Amino acid sequence: MRIILKGSKVKSKLTEKVEKISGQNIFACYQCGKCSAGCPMIDSMDYMPNQAMKLLQMGAAEEIINSKTMWMCASCHTCSVRCPRDIDLSAVMEALRLIYLRTNVNKVEPSQIPEEELKDLPQIALVCNFRKMTR
Amino acid sequence: MKYAYYPGCTLKSYADNLESSVLAVAEKLGIQMEELPHWTCCGTVFSQADDDLVHQIAPLRILLDAQKVGAKKLLVVCSMCYNTLKQASLLFEKKPDKLETLNLFLDDEDDYLGEVEVVHFLQVLRDEVGIEEIAKQVVRPLTGLNVAPYYGCLLLRPQEVAFDEPERPTVIEEILVALGAEAIMDPLKVECCGSYQTVNNKEIIADRTRTIINSARSRGAEMIALDCPLCDFNLDFRQKESEKKYTDFFTMPILYYTQLMALAMGINGDIYGFDKHYVDPRPLLKEYELI
Amino acid sequence: MKIMEKNSSATEKEMKEKKPAEVEQAFISVYIMGKEHRVPFGLTIMKAMEYAGYRFVRGAGCRAGFCGACATIYRMKGDYKLETALACQTTALDGMYLTQIPFMPANKSVYDIEKLNPDINSILHLYPEIARCVSCNMCTRSCPQDLEVMDYIQAALRGDTEEAARLSFDCIQCGLCTVRCMAEISHYHVGQLARRLYGKYYSPTPRHLTERLEEMDEGKYDEAMDELVVMDKENLKKKYWKRDMEVK
Repeated sequence: MRIILKGSKVKSKLTEKVEKISGQNIFACYQCGKCSAGCPMIDSMDYMPNQAMKLLQMGAAEEIINSKTMWMCASCHTCSVRCPRDIDLSAVMEALRLIYLRTNVNKVEPSQIPEEELKDLPQIALVCNFRKMTR
Repeated sequence: MKYAYYPGCTLKSYADNLESSVLAVAEKLGIQMEELPHWTCCGTVFSQADDDLVHQIAPLRILLDAQKVGAKKLLVVCSMCYNTLKQASLLFEKKPDKLETLNLFLDDEDDYLGEVEVVHFLQVLRDEVGIEEIAKQVVRPLTGLNVAPYYGCLLLRPQEVAFDEPERPTVIEEILVALGAEAIMDPLKVECCGSYQTVNNKEIIADRTRTIINSARSRGAEMIALDCPLCDFNLDFRQKESEKKYTDFFTMPILYYTQLMALAMGINGDIYGFDKHYVDPRPLLKEYELI
Repeated sequence: MKIMEKNSSATEKEMKEKKPAEVEQAFISVYIMGKEHRVPFGLTIMKAMEYAGYRFVRGAGCRAGFCGACATIYRMKGDYKLETALACQTTALDGMYLTQIPFMPANKSVYDIEKLNPDINSILHLYPEIARCVSCNMCTRSCPQDLEVMDYIQAALRGDTEEAARLSFDCIQCGLCTVRCMAEISHYHVGQLARRLYGKYYSPTPRHLTERLEEMDEGKYDEAMDELVVMDKENLKKKYWKRDMEVK
């Protein structure tokens, strides 16, 4: 992972926004890595949860907003339960998703789900997916 | 024991065998469950954003529906509904200003006074009925049946909603032992099944399902007992994808713990819906002479 | 929580207290797309707009509250609430900000009702967006037919087609629910699908209808029909007024 830090980046408003929406203190994280160690979705993420926290601390807005990490999060709360610094990481992921979704773009387009898939899916799956992946 | 009961959408369709087995077991144990006369979808996931109040309206409406019938406790069966409603009720307790904003928004409704307690069916079984009482009702013990319990995420996490140890829960094990079955200890019982990723990333669910089922099997389990309809969909139905992806994968029956309870209590009738499962549990149950 | 009592316009009250002759003279101010117009009191929103010189090419239909074409939104001066109504059924009041919704580009699934699988999730297959409902109840509030729109969407979501059909029965497809929905659901098309599914797969087939269709196939009414086709206007009128009518 190679990230170029610039003054303008570090002063990014994104971290502030994430803290506001999630109600979490991003700078409380001391990189112990417990969140990443317990994350069931980590194989599908490009940045691990602890890396995402570091990026946020550095104000690397673009890297994190364009990453897969928050979309692969399944909101299982394992990280939040295990965090020794009491950071609710799944709330941080929620904030990142919302910052993206609030620019009026959907991550999952309900009308684009193939019909043979829809036939199988129970409403419990659709409701929570749309809540997390659509604006 | 009388409870106002919130079923949730999925218990009326995909998981109707969960509802029918719960109702049968509850009747046997003397738990009266009265379905709310009016209810809506809870939203299935709790919105964790501080400024996203619109997604708290759905759970608030349900708590209001419970308040309207004068319920002090609201009994929930689905663990996702439980999590959403419980977290919402805790939010309204902790942040009364948010509740006030929402009460103002719902200007065609009464104010929610924050007095409804959300309880899960397992909680009632353990704390109100008691495991010994369940054991007393067993007429057809599940002797020899090796069952791995699976809790998933939302019963136990976050900590505030958990009614059991989040990392090492035992309530389903206790019930299984009371039913005479062998409860297999599997460390992956609290690992996430992938949840809503099932809509747009079903390959990942195929992997999760394979990992969880293989772990249970390696410890001697013949089936998994769980309580969440979405975990059920992912662990049962998505085995189809696991089979496609991995030739060395062998399927495993997935049942709701209430189906096993009903079996052990000798409840007959059209409540099991075994034909609704992707992996047919009947051959295994026949092997143990349970059906 | 009640924020304020529903805005009962003082003008309406005043107008009702006036004698008919005075009312005839009374004019009110309405604002059509922001511009003030003086129109006589007592007109419907639709007629007030026509009085002011607007001509309806779309957004008008039966003018009797049945077709749902004239869905409209308005706001009373000084009030924050955006109200919804049928323009042909609502009296224009002093201080109304008016506009017309000529067409609602709502999502409509294409399906063959004969080929649908009437299972518990069939509505969800065709309209997955109903899973986005947040229970805000704006649809119910906006319905000029006073239907419980949110409740029928919720019934459809949980697979209760019969309840969705029953609750949406009086829908006139005006689309005001859809205009107000933050989840972008096309409620009225969902309700229509529920009623179609209910009619096709759930409700018992009426015997008299089956019998009548058989009679028609057998040609029992061909002669009477041929007679009508060539009948002149005068006799047609006579026959029309002499037809069997439901006893009042």
